Amino acid sequence: MQYVKAGDWWVLLVASVCLVIFTLKVWGGERAEKAVIRSGGHIFLETSLSINQQIEVPGPLGLSLIVIENRKVRIAKDPSPRQYCVRKGWLQQAGEIALCLPNQVSVELVGSYKRYDSLNY
Amino acid sequence: MTALITEKQGAGKAEPESRILLHATAEDHHVARMAAVALGLTILEGAIPSPLPGVKPGLANIVTLIVLARYGWRTAVWVSLLRVFAGSLLFGNFLTPGFFLGLSGAVLSLLTLALTHYLPSRWFGPVTQSVCAAFAHIAGQMAVVYLWLIPHAGIVYLIPVFAAAALVFGTVNGLIAARFMDNEKTTTYPQITRITQIKSD
Repeated sequence: MQYVKAGDWWVLLVASVCLVIFTLKVWGGERAEKAVIRSGGHIFLETSLSINQQIEVPGPLGLSLIVIENRKVRIAKDPSPRQYCVRKGWLQQAGEIALCLPNQVSVELVGSYKRYDSLNY
Repeated sequence: MTALITEKQGAGKAEPESRILLHATAEDHHVARMAAVALGLTILEGAIPSPLPGVKPGLANIVTLIVLARYGWRTAVWVSLLRVFAGSLLFGNFLTPGFFLGLSGAVLSLLTLALTHYLPSRWFGPVTQSVCAAFAHIAGQMAVVYLWLIPHAGIVYLIPVFAAAALVFGTVNGLIAARFMDNEKTTTYPQITRITQIKSD
């Protein structure tokens, strides 16, 4: 370690801290602000994540139960045969989405501004 | 064939005027030797499998660092750019996107080294130079990727991977370079005598 001088340690420290901060910023994702619930292609409800609540959304197959808890959201119950949206589990970052296609219900988390991706252009 | 004979005949009497003579100085030979060592390291690390295209140890930069410390920035530029050009010829990717990625990285690294060279050597050693150059290298590469190859903001998600690799490999290369320089304090190494005037005999 005699090859690393005092300034080198500082450079390594600053570089590491910058790297960690940058990584968290880039990969951490944006804080979700509200949940957008759609049914049959129309917005059923836009609601804040700060209120814990359970919402029943009607679709062609029956009712989907959406639960909002601790700034997270999940679809707790759904009549779709394969239960993909239920198995998706808790969503907590902006941009995450759970789709129940047979029942035409979806819940999406959005941040303070809408980001563009290949689905939303 | 005939041209060869006439030239030989001409050479018997006097120096033919059409001949181009390149006077290679001792410095030229030395730069070429160091660039050859760097090339060897580049080919060596080409055999190491990489988890992601572009994540490479950059062992050739050890040579650049040592040349920078011993012979100064201008010589380091020569060695580094010769390595980029000759390496691309060896790998067969001259003027391909891969070549321009390497070139932009090398140029930005060299510019950074020009600045870090002025840091007080009492506090900052080869590790600092190596880490800064490694970050500059990925910055140059990402600039080319973004401006030319993939103009999409999505590449920002790759930067942490490249930056982490730059930090790790930059530190390792800097330590290796520091170790070599330490060894060479006790041994002698060839001195370069700059020949400013080309002999014209």
